[in-house]
Amino acid sequence: MIAKRIIPCLDVKEGKVVKGTNFVGLRELGDPVEMASNYSKTGADEIIFLDISATNEGRQTMVEIVKQTAEQVFVPFTVGGGVRTIDDVTRLLQAGADKVAMNSAAVNNPQLITEASDRFGAQCVVVAIDAKRVGEKWHVMTHGGTKDTDLDAIEWAKEAEKRGAGEILLTSVDTDGVKDGFDITLTEAVVHAVRIPVIASGGVGKPEHFPEVFKKTDVSAGLAASIFHENTFTVKQVKDVCINQGVNIREA
Amino acid sequence: MIAIVDYGMGNVASVRTAFEQLGYEVEITDSIDRLEAASHIILPGVGSFQAAVQEIQERNLAEPLRKLAQEKPFLGICLGMQLLFDKGYENGVSDGLGLIPGEVTRIETTYILPHIGWNQLQIENDNQAFAAFQEKHVYFVHSFQARTAQKYLVATADYGTQVPGIVQNGHVYGMQFHPEKSGEVGVELLKVFLEETKSDRRQIV
Repeated sequence: MIAKRIIPCLDVKEGKVVKGTNFVGLRELGDPVEMASNYSKTGADEIIFLDISATNEGRQTMVEIVKQTAEQVFVPFTVGGGVRTIDDVTRLLQAGADKVAMNSAAVNNPQLITEASDRFGAQCVVVAIDAKRVGEKWHVMTHGGTKDTDLDAIEWAKEAEKRGAGEILLTSVDTDGVKDGFDITLTEAVVHAVRIPVIASGGVGKPEHFPEVFKKTDVSAGLAASIFHENTFTVKQVKDVCINQGVNIREA
Repeated sequence: MIAIVDYGMGNVASVRTAFEQLGYEVEITDSIDRLEAASHIILPGVGSFQAAVQEIQERNLAEPLRKLAQEKPFLGICLGMQLLFDKGYENGVSDGLGLIPGEVTRIETTYILPHIGWNQLQIENDNQAFAAFQEKHVYFVHSFQARTAQKYLVATADYGTQVPGIVQNGHVYGMQFHPEKSGEVGVELLKVFLEETKSDRRQIV
């Protein structure tokens, strides 16, 4: 059977991996290609780049990073952030990305999902959903989790699947940065609503949070950033914890 | 020199790097002269069977590829592996290269398609060359699978149904997964292909 995936996420701004998406305290961590390569060699099952560049030059640099990554990294990788048009999707896939993730653009123009899926296949279309608890429901948030679209996150996940998304990257705005574990309730709700793989994101503070989400939900993958970048834990440590708890994992 | 057949079906940057890391010169080419000069032929591919057959025909590569497969080690990757068989049923029926007897049809499983992700290899027919890869994870992305005789199976994966992972007929090999996306294990698998075809020049049947 298909192994659960452990995915480090790299936020890239103007060609450099940075910590945090806020302007305050933004810190450069290193070269994206080098970091992706290191993660792939130490057991990452996939890499996700999120381009948070503010400029066109920055986004052009991302295409170059994708080309170099395609040459040097031997695991699949996804690129998201700033994907607005089918041309953006085409450019990133042609540069060698395995998948492209779309977030706000898919909310504003759901046809983009359909178009990308029809042209390149569902396997390379990831729809990223930032969800925040509002009463008994979750709302889709955009603009880094700050703008409420009033869209129901569960309904939106179903819509994304119907339109041809091959995967959902689900970030809980509520648990993101809290380091107290994934949002199990949200993850469970979305996993049950769709038949495509879901990647859980937001809230990892220690390796044990991965087996927790894998055992409590049928999620396909878990994503984390800071615990890997700050060398708090390696991918291998996370995988060892998962294997010890009986999760089906590709050995690092 | 290892030649990667360039026929417009997908990015092959990491296939190239993988072979370069194993110490080989690599060319990405659709020139018949260059393919003939190569020691090994690699047929990659992402997309649909029918579209790939069309691209191959437009470049008049079908006959040269069949001939090259008689002469030198040949490896099809992902869609490139599917093209090794007689027929494909994706977007209508089209003829493959006919290098391994069998057909390519949609995967019949209760699991979701495409079959995407890291799945484990089960070594078939007590294959010794690939024995070390038993239960190793490799990266699959596909919705169609080969249907062939047991004797051509080197490895399979379980996805609610048996999915051929590695197939072989003499020095013609196919890998349904992406070795170039399968980490170190993938590169090791390419190494075994190179070693096996070095020592073993069995003709295809």
